[in-house]
Amino acid sequence: MPATQATASKSHPFQPQPWRDRRIELILGNLLRTGVLLSAAVVLCGACIYLARHAHEPANYRVFRGEPSDLRTISGVLHSIIHERGRSLIQLGLLLLIATPIARVVFSIVGFAIERDRMYVAFTLIVLAVLLYSLLGSGAGG
Amino acid sequence: MTILEFTAIVAAVSFVAGLLGSLTGLGGGVVLVPLLTTLFHVDIRYAIGASLVSVIATSSGAAASYVKEGFSNIRIGMFLEIATTFGALLGAFLATRIPTSALAIIFGLVMVYSAFLSRKPRPRAERSLPPDPLATRLRMNGSFPDAEGLRFYNVQNVPSGFSLMFGAGALSGLLGIGSGAVKVLAMDQAMRIPFKVSTTTSNFMIGVTAAASAGIYLSRGYIDPGLAMPVMLGVLAGSLLGSRILVKAETQSLRFVFAGVILVLGLQMLYKGFWGKI
Repeated sequence: MPATQATASKSHPFQPQPWRDRRIELILGNLLRTGVLLSAAVVLCGACIYLARHAHEPANYRVFRGEPSDLRTISGVLHSIIHERGRSLIQLGLLLLIATPIARVVFSIVGFAIERDRMYVAFTLIVLAVLLYSLLGSGAGG
Repeated sequence: MTILEFTAIVAAVSFVAGLLGSLTGLGGGVVLVPLLTTLFHVDIRYAIGASLVSVIATSSGAAASYVKEGFSNIRIGMFLEIATTFGALLGAFLATRIPTSALAIIFGLVMVYSAFLSRKPRPRAERSLPPDPLATRLRMNGSFPDAEGLRFYNVQNVPSGFSLMFGAGALSGLLGIGSGAVKVLAMDQAMRIPFKVSTTTSNFMIGVTAAASAGIYLSRGYIDPGLAMPVMLGVLAGSLLGSRILVKAETQSLRFVFAGVILVLGLQMLYKGFWGKI
């Protein structure tokens, strides 16, 4: 890994430069942007279907009813996609969006592992566990 | 109002909020919830859910341009994420339990505070602080490219920064905002991180923090696709445009105006919260 060594030798002897291999971060940044644009595209497709069918109905968000169960869970969203409902497709796009920071955390684990930084692999695993609990353990996964 | 009109107007308002939020660095999410609740009479829970989604879009969308600048410190970010994600879980659970009038009051207080904070000049990070043993052990000290080459910095007060971050995460989960103001406060004031580093690191953290409460919001039915769609698309487009023109724009007066808007909306939220009109 000649590139990594060259960057490392430039840094201060007592202060390690975080993320020595910035390529990982650059790839990750572009990956995130792609993820966001992909989710925006899915949301936009869903929006077209939704608006084509419901454009002239009255909009009312005054009263909180909560979403129906098929829009509250990952499996519910995936199942209701088959019925080509615009709202389900939008919700799928939003799920993709929620997944982008999670993907960033997963890739950070890989990055820290490459740097053999066990402490930060452990820290990042804790963060990932919290994220997965929220998405899968709190009822949204069912 | 029909769904078509509603969608178009909400998208336009979200676009402006995203643009101003990114130009001023104050974030668009903080004005969205009061605008949705007061102008469009949206229930605050739907508004919070839509705002949270847009916060993730802004954070992940801006990541690529921030990474290229090479300022963000991924270790500081990841360590503090432990605090913000646990905070966000707590905040999201509380959001489903406390009355909406209390939510409005907390929201108003946070907005007034953010407006006040944005008027204060950010501290110039001192050049040569001694290395802190805990920060050194956590390998947080780093460097970033400056006009004179690489500039090194030593992180201070990790425990107080960590505690403030727990609070920032809780507010984010409770109110569906990025709470960038509190995050930057923790990193600037407590941990003495140079602001170029703290701003970009905070952007990275905002998305992860918001993702931690998103699952809970989803399972409680707070994320309505019909509302989140125009908000997310509008804010994303606005903030991407904002980050393109950020380099050239004179943001000082714009920041002043936007802080004024935040203050007015914050006071309005307080009023509505206290008089139970929400």
